[in-house]
Amino acid sequence: MRRVRIKDENLEQRVFLQRSLIAIAVVLSLLLLLSGRAFWLQVLRHEHYSVLSQGNRARIEPLPANRGVIFDRAGRVIAENTPSYQLELVREQAGDLDATLARLVLIGLLEQDDVDRVRRLVQSRRAFEAVPVRLQLDQEAIARYAVHRYELPGVFLETRMARHYPYGELGAHALGYVGAISENDLVRVDKERYFGTGVIGKTGVERAYEDELLGTGGYREVLVNAEGRPVTALGGQADNLRSRAPHAGRGLRLTIDIELQRVAEQAMAGRRGAVVALDPSTGDVLVFASLPGFDPNGFARGISRRDYLALTADPDQPLFNRVLRGTYPPGSTIKPVMALAGLEYQVVRPEDTIYCPGHYSLPNSRHQFHDWKHEGHGTVDMRRAVMQSCDVYFYRLANALGIERIHDAMSRMGFGAPTGIDIAGERGGVMPSPQWKKTLFKRPEQQAWFPGETVILGIGQGYWAATPLQLANATALLAARGRHFRPRLVRAFVDPVNGAVDERALQALPPVELKDSANWEVIVDAMVAVTSGPGGTAVRASRGAAYSIAGKTGTAQVYSVGQTEKYDEKTVAERLRDHALFVAFAPADAPKIAIAVLVENGGHGSSAAAPIARAVFDAYLAPGAG
Amino acid sequence: MFDEMGASRTRRTVTATARLMRALHLDGMLLAGLAAVSCFGLFVLYSAAGDNTALWFNQLARFGIGIAVMIALAQVPDHFLRMAAPAAYVLGLVLLALVAAVGDVGKGAQRWLDLGIVRFQPSEIMKLAVPMMCAWYLHQRPLPPSARDVIAVAFLIVVPVLLIAGQPDLGTALLVAAAGFLVLVLGGLSPAYLVGAVAIVGAAVPLVWHLLHDYQRQRVLTLLDPQSDALGAGYHIIQSQIAIGSGGIFGKGWTNGSQAQLEFLPERSTDFIFAVVGEELGLLGLLALLAGYLFIVGRGLLMANQCRDAFTRLTSGSIALTFFVYVFVNAGMVTGLLPVVGVPLPLVSYGGTSLVTLLAGFGILMSLYSSRKLLGP
Repeated sequence: MRRVRIKDENLEQRVFLQRSLIAIAVVLSLLLLLSGRAFWLQVLRHEHYSVLSQGNRARIEPLPANRGVIFDRAGRVIAENTPSYQLELVREQAGDLDATLARLVLIGLLEQDDVDRVRRLVQSRRAFEAVPVRLQLDQEAIARYAVHRYELPGVFLETRMARHYPYGELGAHALGYVGAISENDLVRVDKERYFGTGVIGKTGVERAYEDELLGTGGYREVLVNAEGRPVTALGGQADNLRSRAPHAGRGLRLTIDIELQRVAEQAMAGRRGAVVALDPSTGDVLVFASLPGFDPNGFARGISRRDYLALTADPDQPLFNRVLRGTYPPGSTIKPVMALAGLEYQVVRPEDTIYCPGHYSLPNSRHQFHDWKHEGHGTVDMRRAVMQSCDVYFYRLANALGIERIHDAMSRMGFGAPTGIDIAGERGGVMPSPQWKKTLFKRPEQQAWFPGETVILGIGQGYWAATPLQLANATALLAARGRHFRPRLVRAFVDPVNGAVDERALQALPPVELKDSANWEVIVDAMVAVTSGPGGTAVRASRGAAYSIAGKTGTAQVYSVGQTEKYDEKTVAERLRDHALFVAFAPADAPKIAIAVLVENGGHGSSAAAPIARAVFDAYLAPGAG
Repeated sequence: MFDEMGASRTRRTVTATARLMRALHLDGMLLAGLAAVSCFGLFVLYSAAGDNTALWFNQLARFGIGIAVMIALAQVPDHFLRMAAPAAYVLGLVLLALVAAVGDVGKGAQRWLDLGIVRFQPSEIMKLAVPMMCAWYLHQRPLPPSARDVIAVAFLIVVPVLLIAGQPDLGTALLVAAAGFLVLVLGGLSPAYLVGAVAIVGAAVPLVWHLLHDYQRQRVLTLLDPQSDALGAGYHIIQSQIAIGSGGIFGKGWTNGSQAQLEFLPERSTDFIFAVVGEELGLLGLLALLAGYLFIVGRGLLMANQCRDAFTRLTSGSIALTFFVYVFVNAGMVTGLLPVVGVPLPLVSYGGTSLVTLLAGFGILMSLYSSRKLLGP
């Protein structure tokens, strides 16, 4: 049975009202839920979301610090930062990247060899970032860009601070250079400090004093949108953007006198070799020349692959730092210190004479060691032996001293170990000893030390190898009569803001003390005789000097040319000539400068090397100079 | 003396306005609430649109169209609306079927019907046609509805809802279902059915899960753990919560919301504009907006209660409450309480069709309300 219902308007209205009241109650409670949620987000968790929001909107833009300026001894600027023009490319505006790069090559603003490198660089950055494609444009390149600008969308000319070396090649091996940070560099530095900096010191002072020069980078928060694109600040947004100003790196005051350096390098022009001059009373390096040199500006500019390969392929090895890393037999230049060792160990007295027949043989041996002067020097005492560079005298002396004492004495003079100069890469050379020979060779028959090997050490040949810096160091030690300072290239730091100069303390090393200090003068007297006595080997180069010079020439034999090096015959002949050496200090009684000159394949020390030292002395010791 | 004159002039103006309102079948209170929220919405949209002022003027124009439609519908007599209900419903169904067959694909979903001049979403018609159809079905039958009537109405609801959900347009399907369901509830649907419905929904979850598109599943999963997909589907939720949370009590200031202005907040002028309100105007701005919505819903329900027959009452009540469903689903989504469902924030979000539909609904509500006098004493 079915109950028939009829419509009841009153009931329906009542039900509707009741349902409406329930509905409005539900609406109210849901609104309360929403309000509660908003309260939770905006009041209780406000701090949390504020931090997230700040991180969202701001991107940190680095403000690189200016690299410290480098001055020479006299305060001349030798490394600075100059505004330079560079070409930058924005990928998303360039359209077809390959086409744009090809056009740059066509116009001559990019080299074909560098296209791949630039393309990789551009593609590793975000599409809207400006990527440098060529640094330090010259006027001509700028003009060329201006003419072709309309066909280079997305390529812009920008001004940036770039390293500049106003003296170019002068002192490049001491100063070093900066270059683009490589993956290898990133391994040894704190990446954080290089945020925003594209370059790093690669060699020389620029590398050794990187910490001081670098400075502290700053940053600035810039507003970015969700795509990371910088946008202009809106209204109140700019207020709470953080920033930190950069602090420029400290300046450096070098010990080098760039004009003296110029004298040395000009005197060496066209030659290969090294000139090192030290101030014996401080260890300051006055001249640090390795020839041929190179222009460090090329590296700071971002050297092209072709130019770099050309530099490394050059048989004259312009990138090779001969002062620090070139090791040569010191030759006769060590005769004064050998004589000093003889006096110290009382093996010989100054007045003792020998007869030099032009050759020397060990007892019970038929092998003859020849003197450079075939007919011999006749009867010579110590002074005469040094003055005329008598080989036989020093063969005998070396044999009398024996290898152990030679090794000890020469080690005290700084041979066989790095001098500890304040730039990296120095080699220690070789000061041989029986011990050294044992570690060098594996087979027992090769490990034995032969008396003949001691004999030739007397004239600075054999296993003995020294860097030009070691020779200068030993000469300075002689000049200072045993006082010894660690060679240094940086004498002071310069405050980048107020220019205040912070002089560095001298680094005195333990002095060399003789049993009889009068022996210093015996040796110095003999070295003065070299430049002024009858038959002195450097008399010609010293004639007319307004000061007294104590010096010693040397000639080092070149045994062979490296197997892998390719020279034509004429060059081979030249490369087989002896290295010319000269060590000296002046004035002899109160030395202000000690020098070592090495001219590769220069022939004789007296003719090739001594005049170069003379030129430097004249420039440094002339009234009013230095 | 001047005061008296001024006061009387004010009174005269008020009565003149009231007379005009009555003549146009408009409700002053509801209109005031709609105007307040709409102005608030345009104010926020100006900021959310950023440099795109064309977008803002576009919205202004749509408000113009919407208001015209609202006023026009308010003039239509209620019996005409009642008669039109089945026709509108059938037309809507036909169009939905057409869309399924030949509709355009926009944003990965097939919702639009290109009529040559206008592109238009038939599902919008259903937002109004479904509740009207349900009310039309129930108005001549005794209420509370019998089991048979409930099943019939449920059928009327489910067919278009499935068609819309299949487009797929989950947001609109949800709103259409809610509109029809609210007619049943207001008609006196027994709480037993509610419990049953909940049980059925609960049982249906695994089934529905199976039927959901991947992106819809993703939205549900993302709601449960937004960080699981921080740059994908979770990005919307994370960024909108950062926007709201960083706004604090007073907000970052109009046009100063970094999340919105710097484009971290996706869909900031459409579905996620609630977050812009929270970021730039703070908790106070959100509460003011919610209060405005409450006023509109409350006034709508009050008007519905004064209606004299079942059709007008049920339709009006459903329109008012569906309006709140919009608000809650959108605000719940933006604040991270509900999954991301494409429902605009009424009167505030940028978007043409849904705005016009909304105002059309209020026009119908006003028309039905004004008809009470014809029946009344």
